[in-house]
Amino acid sequence: MEILVCVKRVPDTAENEITIKGDGTDIQRDDLVYSVNEWDNYATEEAIQIRDNVGGTVTVVTVGDSESEEILRRQMAMGADNGILLADGAFDGSDARGIASILAAAVKKGKYDLILTGAQADDGAGAVGGMLAAMLDLPYASLVNKVEVAGNKLKVGREIEGGNQEMNEIDLPCVLSIQTGINEPRYVGIRGIRKVASVEIPTHNAGALGVSGVGKAGAQVKRVDYFTPPAGKGAEILEGSMEEKIDKLIELLKAKGGLK
Amino acid sequence: MEFALNPPASNWFLFIPAWLIYTLIPVAGITFFIYEIVMRLKPMVLAQPDKPIAELPERVINVIKIWLLQWRHPRYMLAGVVHILLFAGFLILGLRSTELMFVGIKSGFTFPGMGGTLGAIYGVIRSYAATWVLVVALIAIYRRVVSKPARYAVPAKYGKPHTTEAVFVLCMICTLVLAEGFFEGSLVAAQKQQGLEAHTLAPLTLAWFASLFLSMAGKGTLQFVHSASYFIHDVTFFTFLCFLPLGKHFHVVTSLFNVFLMRTRRGNIKPVRYGVTNDQLDSIDSFGVKNLEDFTWRHILHFYSCVDCGRCSDNCPANAVGRPLSPRFISIKGRNLVYARHPLLGEPKVEAQPLIGTTYEEDEIWSCTTCGACEQECPVGIEYIDKIVDMRRGMVDEGMVPQSLQKPLSAIEKRGNPWGKMEKKRSEWAKDLEVKELPDEEAEMLYFVDSISSFDDRMQNIAKATAKLIKSTGADFGILGKDEKDSGHEVRRFGEEMLFQSLREHNTEMIKESKVTRIVTADPHAFNALKNDYEDLPPVEHISQYLVAQHRKGNLQLKANGDGQKVFTYHDPCYLGRHNAVYEDPRQLLDAIPGLKRVDMLRSRDRSFCCGGGGLMLFYEPEEEQRMGVLRVKMAAEAGANVIVTACPFCLVNMEDAIKVAGLEGKMEAIDLCELVANHLAE
Amino acid sequence: MAQIFAYIAHKNGVVDDTAAELAVAAKKIDASAQVTAIVTGSGATLDAACQGAAKAYAQVWKINKPELAYPNAEVVRKLLKNIVPASSIVLVAHDTFGMDLGPGLSIKMDAAYASDVVGIDGADGSTLKIVRQEFAGMAHAHMTVNAAKGAVLTLRPGSFQAGDAAGGAGAVTDKSGDAGDLGAKRKFLQVVEAETGDVDITKSDVLVSIGRGIEDQENIGLAEDLAKAMGAVVSCSRPIVDAKWLEKARQVGTSGKTVKPKVYMALGISGSFQHLGGIKGSPFIVAVNKNPKAPIFQVADVGIVENILEFIPAMTEKVSG
Repeated sequence: MEILVCVKRVPDTAENEITIKGDGTDIQRDDLVYSVNEWDNYATEEAIQIRDNVGGTVTVVTVGDSESEEILRRQMAMGADNGILLADGAFDGSDARGIASILAAAVKKGKYDLILTGAQADDGAGAVGGMLAAMLDLPYASLVNKVEVAGNKLKVGREIEGGNQEMNEIDLPCVLSIQTGINEPRYVGIRGIRKVASVEIPTHNAGALGVSGVGKAGAQVKRVDYFTPPAGKGAEILEGSMEEKIDKLIELLKAKGGLK
Repeated sequence: MEFALNPPASNWFLFIPAWLIYTLIPVAGITFFIYEIVMRLKPMVLAQPDKPIAELPERVINVIKIWLLQWRHPRYMLAGVVHILLFAGFLILGLRSTELMFVGIKSGFTFPGMGGTLGAIYGVIRSYAATWVLVVALIAIYRRVVSKPARYAVPAKYGKPHTTEAVFVLCMICTLVLAEGFFEGSLVAAQKQQGLEAHTLAPLTLAWFASLFLSMAGKGTLQFVHSASYFIHDVTFFTFLCFLPLGKHFHVVTSLFNVFLMRTRRGNIKPVRYGVTNDQLDSIDSFGVKNLEDFTWRHILHFYSCVDCGRCSDNCPANAVGRPLSPRFISIKGRNLVYARHPLLGEPKVEAQPLIGTTYEEDEIWSCTTCGACEQECPVGIEYIDKIVDMRRGMVDEGMVPQSLQKPLSAIEKRGNPWGKMEKKRSEWAKDLEVKELPDEEAEMLYFVDSISSFDDRMQNIAKATAKLIKSTGADFGILGKDEKDSGHEVRRFGEEMLFQSLREHNTEMIKESKVTRIVTADPHAFNALKNDYEDLPPVEHISQYLVAQHRKGNLQLKANGDGQKVFTYHDPCYLGRHNAVYEDPRQLLDAIPGLKRVDMLRSRDRSFCCGGGGLMLFYEPEEEQRMGVLRVKMAAEAGANVIVTACPFCLVNMEDAIKVAGLEGKMEAIDLCELVANHLAE
Repeated sequence: MAQIFAYIAHKNGVVDDTAAELAVAAKKIDASAQVTAIVTGSGATLDAACQGAAKAYAQVWKINKPELAYPNAEVVRKLLKNIVPASSIVLVAHDTFGMDLGPGLSIKMDAAYASDVVGIDGADGSTLKIVRQEFAGMAHAHMTVNAAKGAVLTLRPGSFQAGDAAGGAGAVTDKSGDAGDLGAKRKFLQVVEAETGDVDITKSDVLVSIGRGIEDQENIGLAEDLAKAMGAVVSCSRPIVDAKWLEKARQVGTSGKTVKPKVYMALGISGSFQHLGGIKGSPFIVAVNKNPKAPIFQVADVGIVENILEFIPAMTEKVSG
């Protein structure tokens, strides 16, 4: 099976507070480190496992700049066979639709039976996979936490509310967005990356892909600014009788979506 | 020469002269034994290289102390004494047994020089030796069959116990000494009956008893006993010899070499491959141990040398809390695999296959805290840490790293600490303390803080106390702050060698750039890394060593501990104690606080019990029935203490958590040595 | 202004809470909008669901088709493409169905798409002004959505309070005849229910997490009752797993699960760093502990100094109302 995995380089924000630049145009990126989007990493592992079971190749692709090459190499160190970098200044500022159309162009240049994306990335939108599928007129399933190959179909599980799993049968070729926890991604150390350091990674620009109308100008969804919602530091200690405390708490929980 | 009885060499077996038989038995026995040894050497030849043999004086001392004098045996008193007596008897009787072999070929044979007084003295000694060997062998059989100490038990998942083999060998030993006693006793009885000059038999020895027992027997009986006991001795002796390389009693042969080759330095980890420099590492196809052939030849020798005495596992904290690791079975399973893959006769019974998932399990290998208790205990110097680390290297190379460890590892790679916190926050704990930041500033001494004391809210107290104490001694010191990265101590021990090397390279460069002339650290893991894993650094001390020296010089003034209710006990951190032999300085520092009441736990110093492990071990959770820390806290309570003093941030994390889990809050507390001493700084 | 549609989720004839929230959100886009609810399904419960939707919407389109018995996003997308006029705005809850449906629907409608919207600041002509969160909720962003050719928005459940929902009393129109071709290359098979011992605490929005303060295994039931009342899942700190009072799958911490709920109720948890290391993003942390010095209060948003054994039953009673 020929599998394409779409990956993204994202800031590693798990342990550090995100601060927003004074003018709100961006977050402070000076002290950030970058890695492959966690969901995409699960997608790559899943692709490698499928390939190891049924044969074929795994190709990883990303829309980014030259710095994004590092995550392609990382996924290749995991076991992906090929990497493709889609880079062009014209791609900057693309919204999800723009990214999806760049990827769609790259998909059309190859022949893939299965296209995987992560369920979401740093912006939490989870949009690219579904858009890509629609652009390519391929069936789609999101939040996939189980994949079984059954001839020219797949049996896929989707993670739905309450930890339940929705089982579907989907025709190949198709697009799936992969949820974390579907597998246990293998470890990639410095040594693994060094081993693939000299592998050639082809780069395609807008012209080669034949895409236009992407980038900031073409975006239908634009970010105006980042802002920090007012939030206090340290616990606000609720005072009063037990009943009063609980009433206040319930009120706060309702506002935070913790109680309906 | 006149004989009271027909000597063995003069007998006939049907039409064959006995001397011929008694020549053929040793020839066949020795030939087969040599064949066995060659077959056992084969896997060692196919294995990876090990370190060149240097440090001869230390090795000779090890052989004298640990092999010849059986230094480690009395740590288990009864079993130890039994073994010492067996071993001594074995050495003494070796000469006699060889002599007896020749007696069957040439009647009346004695070794040159052994005919006269020397021979007589030896005769007395070996007679008593044979006697005590019988007594202790019977005790050993009783222990194996009747009293069955718990540490000999073999859990079902590891296969069958070796009791039968042990008892069989002990029975052979009994047979040998009894046969020898009857051989000699029957001769003396005959000599006396015939009024010939009889050998003097030392009283209360086996031969002496045998001669008394046989004193009334007729000559025919005596001749039969004499001939038969010789035959039995000869056959048993060579059966015994050829049986050794088949099982755990191979140690009789290998232990001498094993002890000679054992670790001479502690706290270090073997290189990825001997003979390959760090610069050449990229050229190696595969890292670590994945298949049997990836072990070094010395590791194979370890497998051969394991006696299955169970001392390693009895002291292993992982085994004690029910983790899926028991060090002795690392050796025994390894040996079983070597024997199956390289059988003495016939085709291998096991195909070449990866070790993990077949012989060893992932969890088993990740369960080890590298505390070193097993290596400290092994009477024949078998090592485990290097094997565990080598197998982890193999798993890391294959990407088989538990999910819970992947995040801290990649955070260390990216940010130099396992939590992925920002580099600039590494010195935040020191912001009110006016501590110099090297190498931008200059100082004589570096305080290497390491990750946990830099970033963890609770452990930052240790860093603060340490800085305060160093300051009080008047030293000119600084920290590396944002330019410090994790020492990589556990990174290396968890098998991520390349990441460790990049951390070492970075820290070494920063330390050199700072131009300090000495280094202190309050984290024993950092201490061990800088001292034993890093190279060419200025001298490194643990803070306890530094402070004791300063106290002696009068640079550290301490006030009395006023709380009479508190009883302190010092918990030896593995990487300060066992791996670096720093046992006394922390105790002396505690005793320097006037009025402080201190007790030692039963398991202390080199028998200290690991708190649960540090560094990356905090992020890994093997299946276990209880926590090591909980056991340790209970040991402290048994010792009558209500304050556990540690000298390691990881010990403190584990102890404080364990006190909560054990439900001892309010009854037991844990404190770091530096915190405690800083609380007692005289104003 | 464009026409606004809301896709209504329902189960067993009862509309989801998000139905009313979508109505509120629609009013934020256009206060005067006559919003149409689209209710799809098959069989008897569909009418009840339509009646439920009618309470909050001006009009309700009912689509009754056997293919829609289970909300398969691939089928629903085709349906919506067939029945929703061009340049409309479609609102869907940002749940596992909405995430499945939304992105592809926007492409098929040639409309703009914004997901997981947490706030709407009105519209400026055909430009919608919305609020989203990025970086696991650590940064909020004002966004504009060009809805000239329509838009699909998925809205975070709970973000639009239904309190001021305008009464609908709308009419139900059966549009099943317009559904068109609903063939799809993805076929729904079945839902595999999570086993009770197999709960995934990482996927829960609200965690009722207990620590040593629960004191005894018998008291675990108290926490379970509260979680049930709150629609939450019970998680715990390591000592509870050590004691084997709860299964390992429920442990939060560096050595357990890393969770990112919206609300984290730390009950009787002092807050060791290993524990806090397992809480990702910036959830709303409520700490209840009898020790006012417990470190958990340093990181919590709201703290209550009480014995949890008294607090939990009282809270359960209040919530259950």
